[in-house]
Amino acid sequence: MTPMSFALAHSLPEVFLAVGALGLLMLGVFRSGGRDWIISEAAIVILGIALLSMFVSLQGKALIYDDAFIDDAFGRFMKALTLGGALISLLLSREFMAREKIDFFEFPVLVLLATLGMLMLISANSLIALYLGLELMSLALYVIAAFHRDNLRASEAGLKYFVLGALSSGMLLYGSSLIYGFAGTVSFTGIAAALHGNVSIGVIFGLVFVLAGLAFKMSVVPFHMWTPDVYEGAPTPVTAFFASAAKMAAVAVTVRIIITAFPGVAPQWKQIIVFISILSMALGAFAAIGQTNIKRLMAYSSIGHMGFALVGLAPGTEKGVHGVLIYLAIYLVMTLGTFAAILSMRVNGRYVESISDLAGLSRSRKGLAFFLAMMMLSLAGIPPLAGFFAKWYVFLAAIDAGLYPLAVIGMLSSVVACFYYLRVVKIIYLDEPAALFESPSREVTAVMTLAGLAVVLYWVFPGPLVSAATAAAKSLF
Amino acid sequence: MTIGLTHYLTVAAILFTLGVLGIILNRKNIIIILMSVELILLSVNINLVSFSSYLGDLTGQVFSLFILTVAAAEAAIGLAILVTYYRNRGSIAVEDINVLKG
Repeated sequence: MTPMSFALAHSLPEVFLAVGALGLLMLGVFRSGGRDWIISEAAIVILGIALLSMFVSLQGKALIYDDAFIDDAFGRFMKALTLGGALISLLLSREFMAREKIDFFEFPVLVLLATLGMLMLISANSLIALYLGLELMSLALYVIAAFHRDNLRASEAGLKYFVLGALSSGMLLYGSSLIYGFAGTVSFTGIAAALHGNVSIGVIFGLVFVLAGLAFKMSVVPFHMWTPDVYEGAPTPVTAFFASAAKMAAVAVTVRIIITAFPGVAPQWKQIIVFISILSMALGAFAAIGQTNIKRLMAYSSIGHMGFALVGLAPGTEKGVHGVLIYLAIYLVMTLGTFAAILSMRVNGRYVESISDLAGLSRSRKGLAFFLAMMMLSLAGIPPLAGFFAKWYVFLAAIDAGLYPLAVIGMLSSVVACFYYLRVVKIIYLDEPAALFESPSREVTAVMTLAGLAVVLYWVFPGPLVSAATAAAKSLF
Repeated sequence: MTIGLTHYLTVAAILFTLGVLGIILNRKNIIIILMSVELILLSVNINLVSFSSYLGDLTGQVFSLFILTVAAAEAAIGLAILVTYYRNRGSIAVEDINVLKG
């Protein structure tokens, strides 16, 4: 096999997405333009092909494109989650975009480009590849956050996201430049080799700046301030995309850079990860209590969940990474399910977002009410729902590594977080009924059914996910 | 006195700090924020090019070329979002960005 075809065989999903996005852009421009169904359907097909191509492409571990790009089981696991998140977000977007009259062909193209950036980010093996993947993702995300361009809230969300995102990529770059200068290389493996033994203060500074930039993309405290505003202002399917696919890529690259490039400075990054993890869990638990908008509530919930996921990263062990991967997979299903439920909150043809709009849902729509209640209980981590097992694995890894304070604070904040999830359940089941929701589209119903089954019945059949995550975590060490 | 690596790094650190302060302290105009972002990216380029020359390694200069390219795209997108915001709000003062809060 020639080097070029070897490289292509190891980057099939990226190639499909890149070619597909450019092709759809041409198609969109040369067709009548404006609002068009076909581009969106084709984009869903392309994402599906990219997802399938990972199962037929070469397995095993390979460094390609001058060692800037790594293809391994960890990358494939995270790419499958990212592609799945993007595919379902796009599926959920169709009805919403049509009703809001913003179903322009650029949206699926931008989603494809953002997903391509996420895949490159997950496979990045050098600081340059990391930066380029991150920017390809972020630039597309800035635009789709402001996609509802005649809506003040959406454009304000886009503007805020852009300004803070540009600041965070500046910090990431400054950190990258320091790491390059003091370690003498941009490749992750090279950095790990350079950090053996003597560690200069410059690299530690660089690491702090890089983690600050990545923390912004993961939306963990203290770089979370954009999250509630952007989640609330952006169109709901876009928010679902931010909360699912973008989070997966950001956490994946953080895990990869910490585990592969900085094992030599483990005590230093452990402090940082423990610190941001504790703050995120606490903020996610307390700040969500007073929220009245369900998208804002989900924003604080996602901040808290990212804190829980980082609990698994803090030990820096294979078991911990295994926990993070399972956490992310389950979080992806829960968050997509919840956003599907939010997208079915429609009264008289208008989408509503207030938690009080859910009042008495159990009397008008039993299925939706039960589903949303299950999602909320799973997000809260009540056994035997999937969300409980997600927390179980990360806390087990933290306890094994002797990080007792982290595990205890995590469990306490998950108890506090139960309060606001249960409040939603209480409003659904016990309050006086509010206005009746219209029935959701077939896509939304299908996504809710699948997510509901996955969350409720995860404990029956946890094997495939656990073994895939085990293989993925092993490939990183 | 010869100009060494330390001097370049100091200049870059000062520019970076100015850029960050420009974003955080500025209460007037969003265009100033865009200028501050450019300042941050250019400070990173100074860092990379001086490290590259000091280490005798070309990678840093390649990196800085990528950054220049991405910075152009970023500025274009930032201005585009700013234009849509201005059309909806009629103002680009930082203190007017306050519809979403809580």
